[in-house]
Amino acid sequence: MRVAGKGLLTGAAPVSFTFDGTSYQGLQGDTLASALLANDVRLMGRSFKYHRPRGVLTAGSEEPSALVRVGKGSQAVPNVRATQQEIFDGIDAASQNRWPNLKYDVLSVNDLISPFLSAGFYYKTFMWPRAFWEGLYEPFIRRAAGLGALSGESNAEPYEKAFAFCDVLVIGSGPAGLMAALTAARGGADVILADEDSRMGGRLLAETEAVDGKPAAHWTADILNELKGMPNVRLMNRTTVTGAYDHGTFGALERVGLHGPADGPRECFWRIVARGAVLAAGALERPIAFPDNDRPGIMTAGAVRAYLNRWGVSPGREVTIFGNNDDAHRTARDLADAGVRVAGLIDSRADAKVTGDFPVFTGGKIIATRGRLGLENITVEHEGGTRIIRTDCLAMSGGWNPSVHLTCHMNGRPEWKPEIASFIPRPGAIPGMVVAGSAQGIFSTSGCLADGIRAAGKVLQSLGMKAPTIELPTAEDQTYALEPLWVVEGKGRKWLDFQNDVTVRDIRLAAQENFRSVEHMKRYTTQGMATDQGKNSNVAALALLADATGRGIPETGTTTFRPPYVPVSIAAMGAGGQGMGFAPQRFTTSHQASHERGAPMIEAGYWYRPSYFPRPGEKTWLDSCNREVNMVRASVGVCDVSTLGKIDIQGHDAATFLDFVYSNTFSTLPVGRVRYGLMLREDGHVMDDGTTARLGDNHYVMTTTTAAAGLVMRHLDFVAQVLRPELDVQIVSVTEQWAQFSVAGPKSRDLVNAMLDNHVDDASFPYMACGSVNVSGVPGRLFRISFSGEQAYEIAVPARFGGSLYRLMTAQAESMGGGPYGMEALNVLRIEKGFITHAEIHGRTTAFDIGMDRMVSLKKDCIGQTASRREGLLEDTREQLVGLRPIAAEAKLTAGAHLFDKEAEAIRVNDQGYVTSVCYSPTLKTNLGLAFLKRGRARHGEVIRLVDHLRKIETLCEVCDPVFLDPEGERLRG
Amino acid sequence: MRITCPLCGTRDRREFTWQGDALAIHRPARDAGPEAWDNYIHLRENPAGKTRDLWYHDPCGTWAVAERDTVTHAVHSTTLVTEVPR
Amino acid sequence: MVKLIARTPLDGLTPVTIGTVTVTEVTLDPMTMIAPFKNQLAKVDALLKAGDGVGFPAPNRMESSDGVRILWAGQGRALLIGADAPAGLRGLAALTDQADASACAQISGAGAVDALARLVPVDLRLSHFPVGQTARTFVNHMAASVTRTAPDAFEVMVMRSMGQTLIHELTEAMTNIAARNA
Repeated sequence: MRVAGKGLLTGAAPVSFTFDGTSYQGLQGDTLASALLANDVRLMGRSFKYHRPRGVLTAGSEEPSALVRVGKGSQAVPNVRATQQEIFDGIDAASQNRWPNLKYDVLSVNDLISPFLSAGFYYKTFMWPRAFWEGLYEPFIRRAAGLGALSGESNAEPYEKAFAFCDVLVIGSGPAGLMAALTAARGGADVILADEDSRMGGRLLAETEAVDGKPAAHWTADILNELKGMPNVRLMNRTTVTGAYDHGTFGALERVGLHGPADGPRECFWRIVARGAVLAAGALERPIAFPDNDRPGIMTAGAVRAYLNRWGVSPGREVTIFGNNDDAHRTARDLADAGVRVAGLIDSRADAKVTGDFPVFTGGKIIATRGRLGLENITVEHEGGTRIIRTDCLAMSGGWNPSVHLTCHMNGRPEWKPEIASFIPRPGAIPGMVVAGSAQGIFSTSGCLADGIRAAGKVLQSLGMKAPTIELPTAEDQTYALEPLWVVEGKGRKWLDFQNDVTVRDIRLAAQENFRSVEHMKRYTTQGMATDQGKNSNVAALALLADATGRGIPETGTTTFRPPYVPVSIAAMGAGGQGMGFAPQRFTTSHQASHERGAPMIEAGYWYRPSYFPRPGEKTWLDSCNREVNMVRASVGVCDVSTLGKIDIQGHDAATFLDFVYSNTFSTLPVGRVRYGLMLREDGHVMDDGTTARLGDNHYVMTTTTAAAGLVMRHLDFVAQVLRPELDVQIVSVTEQWAQFSVAGPKSRDLVNAMLDNHVDDASFPYMACGSVNVSGVPGRLFRISFSGEQAYEIAVPARFGGSLYRLMTAQAESMGGGPYGMEALNVLRIEKGFITHAEIHGRTTAFDIGMDRMVSLKKDCIGQTASRREGLLEDTREQLVGLRPIAAEAKLTAGAHLFDKEAEAIRVNDQGYVTSVCYSPTLKTNLGLAFLKRGRARHGEVIRLVDHLRKIETLCEVCDPVFLDPEGERLRG
Repeated sequence: MRITCPLCGTRDRREFTWQGDALAIHRPARDAGPEAWDNYIHLRENPAGKTRDLWYHDPCGTWAVAERDTVTHAVHSTTLVTEVPR
Repeated sequence: MVKLIARTPLDGLTPVTIGTVTVTEVTLDPMTMIAPFKNQLAKVDALLKAGDGVGFPAPNRMESSDGVRILWAGQGRALLIGADAPAGLRGLAALTDQADASACAQISGAGAVDALARLVPVDLRLSHFPVGQTARTFVNHMAASVTRTAPDAFEVMVMRSMGQTLIHELTEAMTNIAARNA
C-alpha cells in the first residue's frame, strides 16, 4: 500500500500499467515491483524448479524471484527484473513459468514431489534406460523447469554499442561513489559516474537520514547538480558496469529505451576505457535460511526500507522484522515512524539492544511460516516461548555482503572479514581500481563518504594528479554489529538460492556425497547458477558448506564471479552486427550495371560479384552459364575483375623483394611484361598465386586472388618489416584505385581497340605484355593476360570511370555477339583450362602437388623454398592434381567426393584422393573435375571410382591431364 | 585488452592481428639445416609468464614486437619491429 | 571514340542529415600516396614544404595550408590531397595515385562525435583528439582513417567499395543519437 506523505515520488504523475492482463495505477518513478506492492500485489512469479509462488525479495538488480516478461511478440523481453523495470504508460508485463496462470499453476505439482527432486536427482534418476533421455526425460524436464521464454522471432529493434574514455570511472552513486566522483571531478579528472539505477544516490534514496544537515535525498540532488554542471563529468544512470577487463577496459550495459514506449535504441553496450576506477558498488543484504522463508511477502529488510522511504510504499500492513544485526532495527523504526503497524521485531541475538514502540523478541528465531500465495503468519521461538504472529510482510536481514563481484573478474579472490561475516575485495585485484565504501565493508554513511574521498584521492595520485581538499559532510556514523546466523533449523525447507530452488538440505547432501569442493557443490546443487549468479545466496551457501565439511569459511573458499554482473542481452552485445551491420559490403563500380541486368550476386569475401546474367528464355543458372562460356569461346565476354588484390611495389629493391616473396623469379622480367607468380608460405605450402607486371625498372604491380588480398598485403608488410628491413621497397594497395575488366575471347582485341585511343596489335602487344594506354583520354593500364585460355586482356581505369567503361564495353561486346559473363562462367572457363583457385591451393597443397614444382627456383632464396624441399613433400606417392572425365559424359561429379580404385571398398583406408572443382563443360560437352589423386600424374588414362557418400553418388571417371582444352595454348596467343 | 602501436598509440586489441613468437624475426639461412628450420617454423615455447610476440596493427600496417606477460596480461613494451636489435 | 563519365564514390548516397548531424561527401582530387624511400624523408619533407607548403606529417597528424592537406597514412606514408606531388619527389618517394581509392565522408554538427563513438574504438575527446589529429582505425568492421577537421567535424575515409556500408553505419548511429535526444 502507498503510505501518504512518504517517499520521493510525492506529486509524481500517475501511470497506468498492466500486469497479467489486469490494469493498475502507479506513479512516475515507480518500478514494476514498487507499483505492484503499492497495489497490494505480492505474488509476482513462480520458481524455476518447484513452481513455488514467489514475490519480490529485493529492490534492485540482484532480484532472483520477481522476473517478468515485458512487451509482446518479437519485442518481448523475458526475465526482466520487476525491481528494476520502470513503469510507463501502457507497459504490458506478465509473469512467467506458470500455466494456466500465476495463481493456479499446474506444474506446482513438482512442489509436492520435491522430496524426490533434491540435488543430484536428475543425475541419479534419469540415467536409464539411456534411450529415454533424449526422447522423454529431457523434453519433460525442460518444459517443467525454466524461466521466461524467447519469442522465437527476429528482434528488429535497434541496439547500440559505443565506446567511452575517461580518467576515472566511478561505479555506483551511493555516498562513497558520489564523494569519489566529486573529488575526482574537482581534481580536474575526466569522470564517468555510472549507476544501474534510474535515479542516482544508492542507499541515500532508501534511508531516512541526514547528510550535511539536509535530508539525504536533497544532499544527493545538490551533489548531482554540481557534477552535472561540470564539463569533465559524464553521468550515466541506468548503466550497469558488467565486467572489468584487461588494461582499464570495462563493459557496461545501459538501458536506453526500456523505460518508455519503443522508439530508438533499447539498450547500449558500452566499452569504457578508464585510466583509473573507483568501485563503489555498495553491498547486498542476505536473507536468512529459516523454514519456508520464500513466501511472497518475505523480503530483505533493506528492500522494505527502500520501498517505504524511496517509493512511499509499505509492502505490508502488519510487518514483522527478523534480523541478526542492528541495521535491521532501522526498518522497524522507519515503518513505525511512517505509521505502519510493526507486528514484531525478532532479533536472534539475546543481548540485542532495541528500543521502539513495537513488540521485540530478542534471542528469537522464526521456525515456521504460513500462507500459500502470500505470507499470513509466522511462528517465533524466543526466550519467552513460542508464538504465532499474524503478518503479511516479513523483513529479514542476515547482514550485508559487499559487492565484490567486479574485483573478481580478473581472477582476484576476495578475503574473509570475520567482523562483518562476509568477503571484502583483495587490494589490487583489478589494476588501477580502488574499492570504496560498503563494497569495502564500511557500513556507516559517514564512513562511506570519507572512503569515497580517500579512494578518489588515491586514484588521482596514481594518475599524477593532485587530490583537492574536500570537506567531509556530516552524516550518520553508527557501528554495524552482527552475530552470524546462517540457518534456523526446523521442519520445512530452508531456501538459499531462491531462483534455482536450492535449499540448505541440498548443500548438506552435496557435502555428504563428497561434493566438498565449493566448485563441485555449486555444480551438483546448481547453487548460484541462475541469472542472479547467487548474489543473494552464495555467502550463506559457503558458510553452510564450511559447517557441513568441518572447515572454516576462508578455507572453503568462494566460487568465481565472472562477467557479466547482470544478464546482458545478446542483442546489446552484438549491437552493430545485426543485418547489414554483420559485415561490410564491397561493391564494384559495375555493380549497378550488373544489378540492372538482373544478375544474382554471389559473395566473395566482402565483395558482391555477379553470378550470371540471365537472358529471356533461360530457365536455370546453367542455361545462362553455358551460353556465357560459349560466348567467350566464340566471340567475346566482359567480366569485372577489380576484386582481385592489386598491390603497387616500388623501390630500388623491388625486384629483389619480389624474388624473395615469389617462388619464381621476377628480377629477370622485362619492363612491359607480365609473369605468373606462385607465393609459398614459409612451411613450403602454396599461399596464393597471381600475375605481376613490371611497369618500370623499380615499379611492379602485383595481383592477388580476391580471397587472399588482405592476407597477402599483411604478408608483404611482414616480409618488408620483419624479415628484410634492409630492402628499399614501398608497398601500397591499389585495389580500390583501379577498376579492372577482363575482356576474353577471339574478338577481345577488337573490343579493346574500340575503347582505346591508340590501337594495339598482336606483334606490339603479345601475350603477357602490359603497358599504359589512353581510354578516351583517360590514362589507363592494359595487360594481356588470360584466366580463360582465350585471347584476353585486362583493362584498368581509375575507379571513377569504372561504371562507365563497363557499360560501354558490355554494349560493344553485345554488338559483336558477346556480352558480360559472371562467376559461374568464369569458373567453367578456368576448369576447362585446368587453372587453379583456392579450391586447389587450399593450404595443404604444395607447388609439387599442383604440378608447378619447376616454379620453385633454386637459384635464389625465397619464402618457403627450404621447407618445400623437405622429406615427404616431393614424393611421388603424394596426392597430385589431375583432371577427371566421367566415362559417361552426363554422369555426376561432385566437389568434396573421394576417389577409390575401381574395385576397392569405399572406406577411408582405401582413399586415393578427393575432388576439388567440378563443372559442366559446354565446350567439351561433358562434366569435368579437378582432383588430387595419389601418384596422379602417373595414372593418366586409368579409370577410377568417385564416391560421394553424402549425396549418394558413384561415378567412374577417367584420370587425365588437368588441362582439358588447348594444352598448347594456341588460343591464348591468337 | 589494449596494446600500444608504437606509431598510433594505445588501441583496442581488435585493431591488431597476432602472429606468434618474435623468434620469427630470426630467419635461418637457406643451408642452416633441417633442425634450425624445424625450430624456426614449428617449435614454440608456451610460457606462463613473459613472452615476446609479433603483432600487426592492421589499420596502419605496422609490425611491432610486444613484451608481455601471459599470466598477468600486462604489456610491458611494444617496439617497431624495424627497430628491434637483430 | 568513347566518352567516359566519372562518378564519385558516394554519389547518390549523400548528403544525409539526421537530427543535428550531417554527412556530406568529400572529394579527394588529386590525392597521392607519398612513401619516401630509405633515407629520403628529410629531402621529401623539404620539397613538399617548398612546393605545397605542407611538410611530411608526424604520425597521427594532418597538416594543411591553402587548401592543400597532407595526412599521415600509416608507417612511412602520407596522403597529399588537393595538389599534385612536387615533380622533384620522383625517385625520392614511391608516388601512388589514390584519388579514386577512397570514399570520404564529412560528419559534422553537434553530436557528430557521439555518432562516431558508436563506431570508432578510439578516444575522440577533443582534449585527446584535437583538430588536425588523424587516426588509422576502424569504423565498425571497416579499416578507416578518421580525422578531426573542426571541434564538431570529422572526415572519415574508407575503401571506395565500402562507401555504401559507411553511409549505412553512420546513418544508423545518427538515427540512434537523434532518438536518444528526442
